[in-house]
Amino acid sequence: MRSQRETWGATLVELAETNGDILVLDGDLANSTKADLFAEAHPARFIELGIAEQAMVGVAAGLASLGFVPWLSSFAVFLTHRSLDQIRLLVAQPGANVKIGAAYAGLLTGLTGKTHQDVQDLAIMRAMPGMTVLAPGDDIECAAMVRWATDIDGPVYLRLTRDPTPRLFDDTYEFAPGRVHRLREGRDAVLVSTGPQTSRCLAAASILATGGIDAGVVHIPSIKPVDGGAILTAARAVDLVVTVEEHSVIGGLGGLVAETVAVAGHGRLVRIGLEDCWGESAPNAFLLDRHGLSPERIADRVRRELGGSGRVASSTDEHNRGGDQ
Amino acid sequence: MTGVVVGDGEIGPDADLATRARYGRWLVVRTVASSGAGHIGGPLSAMDLWVALYFRVLNIRPADPAWPHRDRFILSKGHSAIGLYAVMAQRGYFPVDELATFDRGDSRLQGHPDMTCLPGLDASTGSLGQGLAVGVGIALGARLRGLPFRTWVMLGDGECQEGMVWEATLAASRLGLENLMAIVDVNGLQQYGLPKVLEASRGDRREPWPGDQLRRVFQSFDWRVLDVDGHDFDSILAACDIARDGKSAGRPTVILARTIKGRGLSFMEGRHAWHARIPTPDEVEQARLELGIDESGRPA
Repeated sequence: MRSQRETWGATLVELAETNGDILVLDGDLANSTKADLFAEAHPARFIELGIAEQAMVGVAAGLASLGFVPWLSSFAVFLTHRSLDQIRLLVAQPGANVKIGAAYAGLLTGLTGKTHQDVQDLAIMRAMPGMTVLAPGDDIECAAMVRWATDIDGPVYLRLTRDPTPRLFDDTYEFAPGRVHRLREGRDAVLVSTGPQTSRCLAAASILATGGIDAGVVHIPSIKPVDGGAILTAARAVDLVVTVEEHSVIGGLGGLVAETVAVAGHGRLVRIGLEDCWGESAPNAFLLDRHGLSPERIADRVRRELGGSGRVASSTDEHNRGGDQ
Repeated sequence: MTGVVVGDGEIGPDADLATRARYGRWLVVRTVASSGAGHIGGPLSAMDLWVALYFRVLNIRPADPAWPHRDRFILSKGHSAIGLYAVMAQRGYFPVDELATFDRGDSRLQGHPDMTCLPGLDASTGSLGQGLAVGVGIALGARLRGLPFRTWVMLGDGECQEGMVWEATLAASRLGLENLMAIVDVNGLQQYGLPKVLEASRGDRREPWPGDQLRRVFQSFDWRVLDVDGHDFDSILAACDIARDGKSAGRPTVILARTIKGRGLSFMEGRHAWHARIPTPDEVEQARLELGIDESGRPA
């Protein structure tokens, strides 16, 4: 169990040993985002821009034009919301080689509440042409993504979470953009998730298994690009697809999967996430329970959708299967 | 890029700065009128500044626009793009005839500067307030790389109302970027600014920054501030020489260029309504006569 932010900082420290072009630009949050690891190891390549995220994005674009690989260090919400116009015009439109290290993304931000919880970032970033959008499930995947993003030429949004995450992968893991991971097979339903929420889906699948419901788990760490065919294959194998994310149900992973299955004319979809609402200051367990994201709540929801029988409630009429609500 | 210097072919390589500026203003008027789109007042206020920069100040190679050691120029007031294009064309970045493609689709000459389309642009701009921060990044990168080129950023005075300008202004002085030069086109007008009923008492001038407030703000941020008449080439060039003298004691330099929006055309000067109006055929003809352009479209 290691946090993604620590993994991010430590991986950049390591990469910068051999790659002199890596810079870290910070918006006065380095001890939170763990950019401080980089600052201590490579002080000459750490640029503290203070509490000025919009200028930070512009400075990064300028540095990228000279062949540097600037990584931004701030909270996700101050990048995707406060600096959205700058990311759009100075990074995404010109394809500037800027890497967005978006820390404290999602709901679990350490009791800071709705001001600091970014639960729209995936929707915003995946709608932006030219932007790669990644959400690692654990520290192993996070490190692989940091390496990959540093190597490729082009803007990358990396969704980093605050707290330590259970391991999904081992050291043999290799990141490939777009790849969809089928972590658990299941006949009755499939839980589709991203980021550390995937671990909670695996736990939910275990709970469901004890009740005789066979739920698969699909992990989508590469929100954009994504292998839509793999999503469809997983969706077609079951009667019920459930997306689960630490994000609004609008436009993020749920939106991605909804678009994918609807365009293909397939299936019944349930989206679990924030129901078009804001978060609040509360312990992680409270927030996960409140928004249906804890393993127990996910399992409850799947049982309810399946009508308790392990079969989809309305499965007798293929054509009557709509979305959720 | 063919590298053909069509502009020089049209009015001669030895044309003086004033002639180039007259021709540049004509190209702006002609292009905006024929495209039926584009801004006009701001490009005319900044024209003399661009001509001075592109023909006397910037260390550039139009035939090799990606030359790593070139001075950088960023047009933060991106809506004045057509004016910059009129000067870049004369300088040989692309044929003057290409101005006819402005805003027409599939053009390298986008309504706002797009560095992915036109070689020679060092940033994409158009959302006001953003260019100076990019300039900070480039100037910082030049220092990190040990490259001696300079980075110039042109802003509008109205644009300086954007908060991000001051984030970048602070960053530049904190980082001690003496290789960064800003030029503010202080034409005193903006797109709207106040309702017509107030014009009777306050006149047409919008004054985005009252009095010498803009000067005092830059000074407070510990920038070296130079004041020039933005339509006097001797004054502009003298300020640019000072800006490049390396004696700013680690401070970035800003040139506050007092200008007149719509400069050069009697019916346009100082009138905010010409921020983005399209001239009529009669107005185009009047502009031609006032700018001293002959019937073949060349400076007389």
